[in-house]
Amino acid sequence: MKAAIVVFPGTNRERDMAIALRRVTGQAPRMIWHHETDLSSVDLVVLPGGFSYGDYLRCGAMAAHSPIMGAVRDFAAKGGHILGVCNGFQILTESNLLPGALLRNADLRFLSQDCHLRVEVEGTPFTRRWKKGDIFRTPLAHGDGNYTADEATLAMLEGEGRVAFRYADAKGRVQADDRASNPNGSVNSIAGILSENKRICGMMPHPEDLVDPLMGGEDGLPLFEGLVEALVR
Amino acid sequence: MNKPVTVDESLAREFGLTAEEYGRVLSIMGRTPSLTELGVFSVMWSEHCSYKSSRKWLRGLPTKAPWVIHGPGENAGVVDIGQGYAAIFKMESHNHPSFIEPYQGAATGVGGILRDVFTMGARPVANLNALRFGSPENPGTRRIVDGVVRGIGGYGNCVGVPTVGGEINFHAAYDGNPLVNAMTVGIARQDRIFLSAAAGVGNPVVYVGSRTGRDGIHGATMSSAEFDEDALSKRPTVQVGDPFIEKLLIEACLELMATDAIVAIQDMGAAGLTSSAVEMAGKGGVGIELDLDAVPQREPNMTAYEMMLSESQERMLMVLRPDRTELARKIFEKWELDFAIIGHLTETGHIVIKHKGQLEADIPLEPLADEAPVYDRPSIIPTKPAALGSVHAPLSLDAMLLKLVSSPDLASRAWVWNQYDSTVGGQTVRRPGAADAAIVKVDDTEIGLALTTDCTPRYCQADPRAGGAQAVAEAWRNITATGARPLAVTDNLNFGNPEKPEIMGQFIAALEGMGEACKVLDFPIVSGNVSLYNETRMPDGTTQAILPTPAIGGLGVLDDVSTAIGLGMQANKDVVLIGETKGELGQSVWLREILGREEGPAPTVDLAAEKRNGDFVRAEIQAGQVTACHDLADGGILVAVAEMIMASGTGCELESPDSGIRPEAFWFGEDQARYLVCVEDAQAFCARAAQVGVPARLMGRSGGNDLILPSGVTISAARLKSAHETFFPALMDK
Repeated sequence: MKAAIVVFPGTNRERDMAIALRRVTGQAPRMIWHHETDLSSVDLVVLPGGFSYGDYLRCGAMAAHSPIMGAVRDFAAKGGHILGVCNGFQILTESNLLPGALLRNADLRFLSQDCHLRVEVEGTPFTRRWKKGDIFRTPLAHGDGNYTADEATLAMLEGEGRVAFRYADAKGRVQADDRASNPNGSVNSIAGILSENKRICGMMPHPEDLVDPLMGGEDGLPLFEGLVEALVR
Repeated sequence: MNKPVTVDESLAREFGLTAEEYGRVLSIMGRTPSLTELGVFSVMWSEHCSYKSSRKWLRGLPTKAPWVIHGPGENAGVVDIGQGYAAIFKMESHNHPSFIEPYQGAATGVGGILRDVFTMGARPVANLNALRFGSPENPGTRRIVDGVVRGIGGYGNCVGVPTVGGEINFHAAYDGNPLVNAMTVGIARQDRIFLSAAAGVGNPVVYVGSRTGRDGIHGATMSSAEFDEDALSKRPTVQVGDPFIEKLLIEACLELMATDAIVAIQDMGAAGLTSSAVEMAGKGGVGIELDLDAVPQREPNMTAYEMMLSESQERMLMVLRPDRTELARKIFEKWELDFAIIGHLTETGHIVIKHKGQLEADIPLEPLADEAPVYDRPSIIPTKPAALGSVHAPLSLDAMLLKLVSSPDLASRAWVWNQYDSTVGGQTVRRPGAADAAIVKVDDTEIGLALTTDCTPRYCQADPRAGGAQAVAEAWRNITATGARPLAVTDNLNFGNPEKPEIMGQFIAALEGMGEACKVLDFPIVSGNVSLYNETRMPDGTTQAILPTPAIGGLGVLDDVSTAIGLGMQANKDVVLIGETKGELGQSVWLREILGREEGPAPTVDLAAEKRNGDFVRAEIQAGQVTACHDLADGGILVAVAEMIMASGTGCELESPDSGIRPEAFWFGEDQARYLVCVEDAQAFCARAAQVGVPARLMGRSGGNDLILPSGVTISAARLKSAHETFFPALMDK
């Protein structure tokens, strides 16, 4: 699997993501400055976390118009695999590569804590190492992670099995109005979603920050191992 | 500044210079200075920039050790952490701005200290802070806590440097003068460290970063005066931060630092362009000429005075090799940052400032530095408080414990930490609250850094000498408790008005205590900051000083980060107390929270015992004999046991101490040089302790989910936690 990480001005979790990808592929991913436009021979494009353009205007809104995003759209149109985490998820929704939007957290404060995610769909490139209903822990760190979408979009996401992960408690119970388990107030406790072809995944929490027992666990590792498995050439 | 201003003694006084200091300006210049020149003198000679009241005493602090690469005098301290790497770190205050405008004051405090570290070539890898707020009952406190926490998070989260630790106290003495001390730690290769001394006559002086605006003019002077009732009207002197630009500046500078283009570099901090230009040229023994027309400006019609005194954020000044200027320009253009050649180095030994074809300033640098005032201010040695006398517990042990763990100074800080990104960078081995010091791994190595901030201001108020020593000892202990080797200290000396002899006396005594502790513990001070005039003018005309608060930022190293341990209680272990317990309740949290008294002497600091006990604990951790360790501090033994239980959810059954000491003194006394550890076999462990003269005794056995007191009374970990976690949400989310 050849992975590339897109770096925008203000991106700040590109190194975390590179560590996670190196861990599973054994090689350093390509870092792509947002002015570049060449994604040839790339199997996975990652839009990492951070504060692209300082979150000015709206989170991800300015990055969605940077030169690399034209290439990312073409890559998506050709069936390429894309993972967007945190700010990367926001950029994907701002680019209309994924539906919905991410609002300020329900209590209007930045949140940095561990959360638990319940895997909602199995067999996708992003979830194939898990079974439906599996629970894993992962850090989250964001001010604008409150996922929302209109009724029709939600019905579509739920109906087509495109909700990848939901916030849950440690036992896997999902309760959208419970701030302890659904800390940012996301609708239907949605933490991550998939594109129609299940090749684009956007999620708010940071599995890349929990891939080493030294840092407190390897709970996030299956996501990256699954991608390697799915995209092996 | 459109109407002509007459420069005279009365204007000098408005700028914060005394008549005597203005006389010195006249004699150096040999004429009446221009407005810009007076501005330069007034900021360079402000307390903030010149350390004129503190310098004499700072010289006495120990600053050397074989592992110290650069001590005080550079932008930050630099120590050898092994394998060719250096840790670069410093702590700095932003107290005055944070009272006036808490969000921006705290945010720009973080931004400023980050620049001090990356200007030396380090990638910042961790932020910490030391915060003091007014009484929770004070109606103004909530606004300040909210703004400061949001400001620290807003800046640190955006630049992508994890905030991994810190400390918070509440006390009425900070009602009108909160303390915001921010610390940054960075990592660099030892052969890639950048200094600020300019060199090479003719070399270009380059300005990079944000444009210069009218914000923060005379900020350094504001920070050198007491607050009065008009303090809030000074809001325009508080700078506004842009962490996005800072992030770009970090990346652009580090990219440039990988080349050989930079001769010297310094951030524009307090007193902006003035201090960076003066200090770079002064340190290099060269002259500097600036053409202000070339300075990137945010607003039209700025005067030379305004540009030289502006404290606009996110700006750096560099001296480059002339043949690398275009390479540097390309890097900054890539990062979409301003880049301007604004002058060059000269052989005149003067700073010469030109603007719109006019000569605005021409000051000889040597006397500007060498003749800066240094004061030996009168001081009164503080008297120690009387002995406490006998005190009695009005409540049961369990009721007192629950009250203590929910009290403002001991309650869970999770509400605060959870607003700071503590994991970005992917190197955070122990997050806030998981160990006595935060542990951050050095990328691509097995090296770990142990980081902490500490000070107990109420001890410093009662006995500044003991309090100064205790602050250093506690930082050393917190690092030791993770298994790390303490290396060096940065300090942030927050005190009241040094023109009051009793405040000067506190300052001198606290520094004596700190210096002694640093010497005995081999824990030198490599960087720091002094913040004086932390007082509030009351309506009746008197002024109230803060508690003396010499905050200590400690740094330790682990050669193998995987050997670090946390404080969470481990199941089925013997719990052993290390150190001697006499039951010192003077100035304890117990005395204040349970009896409402702030009295008595501070606890005794026995530095030889600190060293002996700490060295033993560290050796045992490194030998793999200890699975959890917690230093004893506020609240004594029982609070420490509770904290270990809350950290992991694993309980502990305590034995009857049978100590001959009253129970409240035994359980809540704040005797120093103590630790609690989880070990497999207390008998063997205590025997090894005895061999090196370290007092150690079995306290109990871990397991289950409850704290079981010797009386048989049981408190579940969940109940402790719920008491522990109520304070902040109740204060802030109401």
